Amino acid sequence: MRLGSESRLADDRLRLVFTCCHPALAMDARVALTLRTLGGLTTPEIARAFLVPEATLAQRLVRAKKKIREAGIPYRVPPDALLPERLDGVLAVLYLVFNEGYSATGGDVLVRRELCVEAIRLARLVAELMPEQPECSGLLALLLLQDSRRDARVGPDGSLVLLEAQDRNRWDRAEVAEGLALVDAALSAAVRRGTRSGPYVLQAAIAAGHARAPRTEDTDWPAIARLYDALVVEVPTPVVELNRAVAVAMADGPGAGLALVEVLGAEGALDGYHLFHATRADLLRRLGRRADAARAYERALSLATNRAERAFLARRLAETRADG
Amino acid sequence: MRYMLLIYGPEMAPSDAAPMPDMEPWNAYTQWMIDTGIYRAGDPLAPSTDATTVRVQDGRRLTTDGPFAETKEVLGGYYIVDCPDLDAALEAAARCPGAAYGSIEVRPLLDMDMPDVGSGRVAG
Repeated sequence: MRLGSESRLADDRLRLVFTCCHPALAMDARVALTLRTLGGLTTPEIARAFLVPEATLAQRLVRAKKKIREAGIPYRVPPDALLPERLDGVLAVLYLVFNEGYSATGGDVLVRRELCVEAIRLARLVAELMPEQPECSGLLALLLLQDSRRDARVGPDGSLVLLEAQDRNRWDRAEVAEGLALVDAALSAAVRRGTRSGPYVLQAAIAAGHARAPRTEDTDWPAIARLYDALVVEVPTPVVELNRAVAVAMADGPGAGLALVEVLGAEGALDGYHLFHATRADLLRRLGRRADAARAYERALSLATNRAERAFLARRLAETRADG
Repeated sequence: MRYMLLIYGPEMAPSDAAPMPDMEPWNAYTQWMIDTGIYRAGDPLAPSTDATTVRVQDGRRLTTDGPFAETKEVLGGYYIVDCPDLDAALEAAARCPGAAYGSIEVRPLLDMDMPDVGSGRVAG
């Protein structure tokens, strides 16, 4: 049992989370407000993290507070009927804050690190305040497992190191252990209740599948492919379909993966996405269809903008041509 | 707190050219608002072809034919409701029949002590 005053403080914080992440506020205002009022970041720090002038950020905060007051945005946890939709909004804000810190798109490195730490701290807070909501601990687990790879995913020259090439000894063991425990608890709770797991729990479970493998070749790809089968039901987007095809290719061979990729290609939604063509090229290469693979690498290269990715694709294209 | 629900949707055909839309869901919706006690006012608007827009630039009055913005969706009507907070107003807006094929903009009203029709000051 919680003490009265402690419980009231917890309720106050939870109300504040839902007010700051109210869908009537613009997404950038939600992010700024959440970091300012719930996180430990100052206005200049938030401005630096999001590469906007301090005055712009300060004004964003003023406008958001004004709208909360004048539009009558309530200060309370939404009723059960609204909770699933509104909780999604809260988790989306926290995931966005984390990704802003995690994706290496420039800016102050230390401040970006702060964003990841804050996102994890807030996700932990929400997970503790709403223990009956598995998606909250799912998000916390996902953030911990992604964050555990932060040192291993950057090479000495600052380039990104792909998951399969990372030195797994450099993963943060404490974060991995906590993430794995949360995933196991969320998955077994879903089995016990007979409910489907949501997108954050499933993504965390996929990350956990990688975290459990001591070496890349130990990865249980059939299990990961099954998790993608479930994820694609919850989040039916072409990008998730593509990731599922990659897992299927690892589990059942490049031919099975390519069949899924070709179905996606016929739909055409990913035609402008370089990773679609890079994935297709890789599967064709592994099937020995070198001429087709080279054409797909060329297409991927014509669409990629990131320097490290371009260098990787150019190298693969040269190798594919040389082998022929 | 008072909110205005602005009902945007496809343009209504001129009244003599088309049959009246099915008013049943609208009547039921208005009745629901009255029953829950949030209803303050509401009216459908004439087609946007009947609208005239006025603005004043550099002291000169510019009167133009039609609504302010030429878009596919036009303001077709409004309700004024009195709700405890924005969530309650959004809940009421989501029940509006127009929300199913158009969109409902929810705006708080500013309390400015406007004169009442019937107070004699306006209707005189």
